[in-house]
Amino acid sequence: MERLSWTGALGPWLVPALEAALVALALAALAHPLALLAGYRLGPGPEAARSGPGRAARLTGGLLRLSLWALAAALAAFLIGGLLVPPEAKGILGRIATRLWPVWLSLGASFALVALFRRRLGLLGHLLGNPAGAVGLALVMFWVFAALFADQIAPFDPITDVIAGMKNKPPGTPLPAPEGTYGYYLLGGDALARDVFSRAVAGARVVLAIAPAATLFAFMVGITLGLPAGYLGGRLDLLLSFLANLVLAFPVILLFFLLVTPEIVAMGVPTYMAGALFLFPLIFLTILWNSRFRTRPPLRAALIGATLVLGGWLYAGLAWNADPFGVVSMPAGVLIVFVSVVFVNAPSVFRIVRGLTLDIRTRDYVAAAQTRGEGPWYIMLWEILPNARGPLLVDFCLRIGYTTILLGTLGFFGLGLAPESPDWGTSINAGRGLLQFVPFPPLVPAVAIMSLVLGMNLLADGLREESLRE
Amino acid sequence: MTAPLLEIDRLSIAFATRRGDIPAVADFSLSVAAGEAVGLVGESGCGKSTVALGIMRDLGRAGRISGGTIRFRGRDLATLSGSELRRIRGNDIAMVYQEPMASLNPALRIGRQLMEVPRLHRGASRAEARELAREMVADVGLPDPDRILDAYPHQLSGGQQQRIVIAMALMSRPALLILDEPTTALDVTVEAAIVDLVKGLGRKYGTALLFISHNLGLVLEVCDRICVMYSGEAVEQGPVRHVFDRMRHPYTQALFRSIPLPGADKTTRPLETIPGSFLMPQDRPRGCNFGPRCTHFEPGLCDTAEIAMRPVPGASDHEARCLRFEKIDWQSRPPVPKAAAPGEVGAPVLTVSGLRKYYEVSSGGLFGHRRRKLVRANETLSFEARQSETLAIVGESGCGKSTLAKVLLGLETATAGQVLLDDREVQETPIQKRGPRAVADLQMVFQNPFDTLNPSKRVGGQILRALEVFGVGATRRARRERMFELLDLVRLPRDFADRMPHQLSGGQKQRVGIARAFAGGARIVVADEPVSALDVSVQAAVADLLMDIQRTRRTTLIFISHDLSIVRYLADRVMVMYLGHAVEIGSTAQVFAPPYHPYTEALLSAVPVPDTRVEKTRIVLEGDVPSAIDPPPGCPFQTRCHWKDRVPNGRCARELPPMVELGSGHRILCHLSAEALGEMEPVFRVAAE
Amino acid sequence: MAGFIIRRLGVMALTALCMTFIVFLLTNLQPNLEKLAKTQAGARITDAEVASWIDRNGYGAPMLTRYGEWLGVLPAPLATDADGRAVGGRCLRGHPGLAADEVPRFCGVLQGDWGYSTKFRRPVTEVIAERLQRTGLLMAWAFATMVPLALIVGVLAGMREGSALDRGLSTLSIATTSTPEYVSGVIFVALFASSMVGLKWFTGSAKSAVEGATFQNFTLPVATVALYGMGYIARMTRASMAEVMTAQYIRTARLKGLSFRAVVLRHALRNALIAPFTVIMLQFPWLLTGVVIVEALFVYPGFGDALVQGAQNNDIDLLLAVSVVAVIVVLATQLLSDIGYALLNPRIRVA
Repeated sequence: MERLSWTGALGPWLVPALEAALVALALAALAHPLALLAGYRLGPGPEAARSGPGRAARLTGGLLRLSLWALAAALAAFLIGGLLVPPEAKGILGRIATRLWPVWLSLGASFALVALFRRRLGLLGHLLGNPAGAVGLALVMFWVFAALFADQIAPFDPITDVIAGMKNKPPGTPLPAPEGTYGYYLLGGDALARDVFSRAVAGARVVLAIAPAATLFAFMVGITLGLPAGYLGGRLDLLLSFLANLVLAFPVILLFFLLVTPEIVAMGVPTYMAGALFLFPLIFLTILWNSRFRTRPPLRAALIGATLVLGGWLYAGLAWNADPFGVVSMPAGVLIVFVSVVFVNAPSVFRIVRGLTLDIRTRDYVAAAQTRGEGPWYIMLWEILPNARGPLLVDFCLRIGYTTILLGTLGFFGLGLAPESPDWGTSINAGRGLLQFVPFPPLVPAVAIMSLVLGMNLLADGLREESLRE
Repeated sequence: MTAPLLEIDRLSIAFATRRGDIPAVADFSLSVAAGEAVGLVGESGCGKSTVALGIMRDLGRAGRISGGTIRFRGRDLATLSGSELRRIRGNDIAMVYQEPMASLNPALRIGRQLMEVPRLHRGASRAEARELAREMVADVGLPDPDRILDAYPHQLSGGQQQRIVIAMALMSRPALLILDEPTTALDVTVEAAIVDLVKGLGRKYGTALLFISHNLGLVLEVCDRICVMYSGEAVEQGPVRHVFDRMRHPYTQALFRSIPLPGADKTTRPLETIPGSFLMPQDRPRGCNFGPRCTHFEPGLCDTAEIAMRPVPGASDHEARCLRFEKIDWQSRPPVPKAAAPGEVGAPVLTVSGLRKYYEVSSGGLFGHRRRKLVRANETLSFEARQSETLAIVGESGCGKSTLAKVLLGLETATAGQVLLDDREVQETPIQKRGPRAVADLQMVFQNPFDTLNPSKRVGGQILRALEVFGVGATRRARRERMFELLDLVRLPRDFADRMPHQLSGGQKQRVGIARAFAGGARIVVADEPVSALDVSVQAAVADLLMDIQRTRRTTLIFISHDLSIVRYLADRVMVMYLGHAVEIGSTAQVFAPPYHPYTEALLSAVPVPDTRVEKTRIVLEGDVPSAIDPPPGCPFQTRCHWKDRVPNGRCARELPPMVELGSGHRILCHLSAEALGEMEPVFRVAAE
Repeated sequence: MAGFIIRRLGVMALTALCMTFIVFLLTNLQPNLEKLAKTQAGARITDAEVASWIDRNGYGAPMLTRYGEWLGVLPAPLATDADGRAVGGRCLRGHPGLAADEVPRFCGVLQGDWGYSTKFRRPVTEVIAERLQRTGLLMAWAFATMVPLALIVGVLAGMREGSALDRGLSTLSIATTSTPEYVSGVIFVALFASSMVGLKWFTGSAKSAVEGATFQNFTLPVATVALYGMGYIARMTRASMAEVMTAQYIRTARLKGLSFRAVVLRHALRNALIAPFTVIMLQFPWLLTGVVIVEALFVYPGFGDALVQGAQNNDIDLLLAVSVVAVIVVLATQLLSDIGYALLNPRIRVA
């Protein structure tokens, strides 16, 4: 069999179209700012704000928009065309698009659902009307679905399928003996002759399993400590702020090298840290129920009891690997990575929560709660926290992106996760040595990280804009 | 007659939003002659500030002039090019607006900001510009101009900053000065001084003034002519005295009848409230915009076509936008609704004696000498509040009235003295230790309607939580029923329980705040400026609601306010505070009639009264209120008192005066002799008609 | 001002003590020492020999004591053999064969003795000095490209919030903040230095930059470090600028009749640059991560590479020294940022 081309039978038509769109886009993107700046300088100062850019700028702006649409249309044609043409006419892109069909289906369905119930969904509904937010949401959802359906999408096992003769092969290389398996390494093979495409898809699952959960834990820690520091102030605030600044002053990379070396792991430091950090969600929920339902003791007892039993079980399993039923546990490598990422993020969350609390606690509704005789924890958790949710939500999205970057950094230095793990950072690390000669093994996970983080950042930006508008 | 300086003809301004254009101003005409002072009055959202920004052509990205013209010295401002416009801005037309601190660039010295104007418009050299700035600073009555020119804005007090903003506006001797609520953020006594300054300088330089305000009294003091706006339109305009005495638009009249003028009384002549609420621009009705709220509305006439301004006979340029003004009996008043008889004033429920509250602040910012400083927020306060009585606490910002409220409620504990709630000492009991009954008994209504409700919880839920905490009702169902009763009590529809706070207007939020305060059957309610952030027509309704609840429940109301008009209207007794001291206490009649404490006298004279029959003695206080961190020795008021020379031997500067009993519970903190006090004349005199 | 700086220096010293102790603790754990003993004295030695090696070389004392010795406030004991010759001890490391009476009693960082690198077999001070110089060059170029570009982009975007220019530049900044160094580096090399695209404008390795940095071998590392931080500073600047442009005093300036250019340059810029200034200074701990990644990716033996080598080779003294330098640089920039903020902001300066 022959090596696949990128575009297959569609190439002769679509590649020139794509190139034309790209050239137009580049020209417009260069000309437009210049035209705008020229317009500002020549135009009548304050009036420019209302009358808008000059004629030249309007022209280049139109061209910019047009070429963007043309580019999007060309890319869509690649995907849709690649899906529709018969298998033997498909190029690499077409075959990838075909492998990803569960993702397209779920993406389409979820966007249709959101659009249908747009009015009732509040902020999420508004996001669709915001270009940045919609693109961000689409990118994030793409990777979420890719992670969910990784087993269906990936043609090969990311770790165990090592096929002789496929080492460092370029994209679209056919297998030497494709019996009973998929015929090609769509994005080539890596230095250990594994399928780069399958590894990238499987990597999404590792990253998306760790990053959001670690961010959530960091938020629990930051909120549980930041609220009292901001609301009560005094010595507690001084102490906590000093500690937070101490952690923040460590360069992240140094902390990683110190925390994730075999010697430290041998001392059990990560386990102790997990023991401390994983306690916070339990503390948080217990205080939450206690303060809200202090006037209804039976309900309070039930909720706290359930939290402690369920939470305690998860806690024992996750932090100490001591689940009596043997169901809940976390692999040692993942635990180390998880803990160090939570540890690095928590102080920043603490600072944000503290600042928001300092602002909100001067509001009259807080004073009203005080004059009703509410306890400090009720005021912090039920009067202040709900009104800080906007900025916190935005930061949550940003921070998932940042956590993804941190995970990549850890992988890049081979810290924590096993060397054969398909996660993106580890893959970049494995491939960077031969980067100049075999670029695909590190390039594919690099683009994957970038697109996921970009999606998160765009989503956060859309959320910020929409929540400001309300 | 010469051509007017500024001529606005059928101006319309629209703002583009997501839901289409919103007309903020429609069919607005006004002219200002050279040297004339014109007042533009209306409630918030009526479009008065938009008109001002339209004149400056500074409507932002969304706003645009959608119809009509604005002519300045005969030239249509809309046709000016950018550079022509810049030559007019700041040179021929200048503007001053509400927040003085925000109007000055925090990073530049005052001098530089002032000098910029002549350097830009006259091409003056640095030295010339500085000389001009010096003169101007002296002209606006600031001492030591050189020091001021080298200062940064944050080093000046609010009153000084506003003087600088005015100086900056007048630097190039503009022909027209637009003032948009220039004194709203300032204290009454400071406001009086600024108003005097503006009037004086306007006359001195022959500057025409366009004075935008919601305060009718200020407009009467400053302006020659007035224009009343409602919902984007001018509804009435004319010479100020003519409009005040012979108003010919129902909205103007309703506005006047909702302000507490001297003579209004909560039982015999209560304030009238305007029914209904202000409509958003996109919901405006056909015909008369005020129609749906007007008591003289006639279907078939008022709601058929757009109504034009019609001349009012009697004065040459008095016009009103009403089709029926000839047919309305302008003297009749609606019958006074039968209010419940005022409750008998009962036994004292709250007794405060010798209360002091000091607290420490660390000052010194980022650099050096961080010294702990003592703020003397309250100094030996003694008073009592009886059942079913309204005790007003009056004073300007920083006088310690809010600290007093905090101590009473137990959010702070007293430094010294005694607070008796019934006969329990509570001065050292913080609120968490007071027990649910005591907490429910003493509740508070807050000032800022946009801040008083938690924006992320439903209205009903917030009242329910209060009921839960106070232990009212055995079951959820019982509490829910009780919550609906509370909404009835504050005259809100029951389905408001499911609304979020941002769906409510300011007045409605304030009502929910009142319902929440009464959830546990409060016997004493501390209301901290409950109406001062509301529009006048809404103020009356909320104040009357409080009075009604008080009558039926025999509540003790402690009403904290800086607004003497409303205090005179609804208080039974008044305590005047200055720099933490109670300087005068007595019944409302005693406090509002001589003999006064000198501070009370100045405060009264500073209050603008929108009534042409009332004549006032003008006493303008110099300087600002001293800081509570280092108060002056002796009498707290001695730095600004103009009766000081009547006390021999400079005792005012050395000794704290005693609290002198003037009979039947009227006490003042003053060294003045009985003889001097006897010479005091009433501040207000109602001229015989 | 002096009082402020002294107080800040005090807090800084306390923080530095805490941080160096933590680093010392984490690098001098028992497993580290045992590993060190085996690499120094032979991999096959018995447990008893390991213990005696540790004792002889001054690693046996309690942690706090050793920390004091490392700092140079406690005297370091010297192990001598029966003849009174120095055979081991903290102060002998790196100077074998010194006579017992020639060995100094104190030899901590306060005395300028940072220890001996087991990996490079040279005194740590030499290694660090050489490496800092190289990284300084990289940082300087990165700052020189990143800061002006970011400020210009931010100011242009923020001066008219919501305009097409703003949207374009903001999207660009978001894209760069989504591209960590190991991603942009890989993409740059693939595009400009690999046989895949075939441009080969630059070299994919900066090893030759040690001899002399050229446009060809230094552009990609500098661009990679600068890109990630640039978006962040630009976004901060934009937010700050946009906020300032809606302030009342900007309206005052506009209504004075000033042109848009004068409003931006004279009234907005100074207020708008206060916030980004602190951000730029606080970029340092972050840039260090970038530097470590870039030096690894482009094989540039600088400070970041020293950190990686120290950590991977259990080179305790080197890792400690790298950490201390990093921490001190971070704290010093924080101090500078505070002082600069106060100087830029008259509201704090005069108070």
